[in-house]
Amino acid sequence: MITSLLFYAFSLILVLSALGVITSRNPVHSALFLVLAFVQSAMLWLLLEAEFLAVVLVLVYVGAVMVLFLFVVMMLDINVEELRTGFTRYVPIGAAVAFVVVLEIGHVIWFRSQDVLAVATPEPYPAGYSNTQALGSVLYTEHVYAFELAAMILLLAIVAAITLTMRRRPGLKVQNIARQVAVRREDRVRLVKVDPASGAASSEKESRSASNKSLSESKKTRSASNESGTAAQDSSAGE
Amino acid sequence: MTVTISHYLILAAVLFSMAVAGIFINRKNVILLLMCIELMLLAVNFNFIAFSRMLGDEMGQVFVFFILTVAAAEAAIGLAILVVLFRTRQSINVEELDTLRG
Repeated sequence: MITSLLFYAFSLILVLSALGVITSRNPVHSALFLVLAFVQSAMLWLLLEAEFLAVVLVLVYVGAVMVLFLFVVMMLDINVEELRTGFTRYVPIGAAVAFVVVLEIGHVIWFRSQDVLAVATPEPYPAGYSNTQALGSVLYTEHVYAFELAAMILLLAIVAAITLTMRRRPGLKVQNIARQVAVRREDRVRLVKVDPASGAASSEKESRSASNKSLSESKKTRSASNESGTAAQDSSAGE
Repeated sequence: MTVTISHYLILAAVLFSMAVAGIFINRKNVILLLMCIELMLLAVNFNFIAFSRMLGDEMGQVFVFFILTVAAAEAAIGLAILVVLFRTRQSINVEELDTLRG
């Protein structure tokens, strides 16, 4: 008795929140209604004694996917009113299609519910039954290849999402680590011999020409920019 | 009045058809389309779990596990595509996405 009361309460909230998802004016409200729908579904799955999937639904969907949805909805600057034009125009056809779909599926279910199994209440599992254990014992033995395939799909999703959203901004100053590592002593350090009698200026000029000569001898590739010692900073300009 | 498997199946049918209606009436907003797809997958999962309980077979719940995995990946990639789309077009209106003359 209490179970059927809970079923009707949860399914009422589920249907109402689904209605809120598809009719609310603000996409943020839609996402929050969808969170409510997922939580109610998890409750209903608990009533069906699918405890592991109920917990997974709350953890994965409410905890991760819907937060992602909320992030994206709030990050994009969407003109909601423009997207809502024609909303009332499509309500009749949407309602008609939904009515036809629910009529067809309901007819099939009603037709098949002459079957004894469908009208039977699912009998509760015996005490000590662990849904997680039962699921795991099937998942890691019979379906282990599918399980690893699911892991590959998740990896693919990670790589695809990062690759799609990564972008290089133009004009951004970044380090070129390869050039920083490949720098040598003679590119950066210049030993200046100061003669106290003749002063610093003339010896500076001499040593500069000397170091320039040694530089061009050693390597031609790093020429003008290396002398000032800012080898790494202009590397992003070429990219 | 006891709750039978048919009740869960009818609830899933209602949920699925509401998602279909949502796709029809929110056909300009890509984010809401993605949300309606999530709602559809939820209804399908309801069916899987109900039949799994009805037949006393764990296979349906294993299927729901995989559907949840694929749906999470789909949501992540879909939202990434959406972000890139908004970055290039400054809009997520479906009717403006006619570069391919579709």
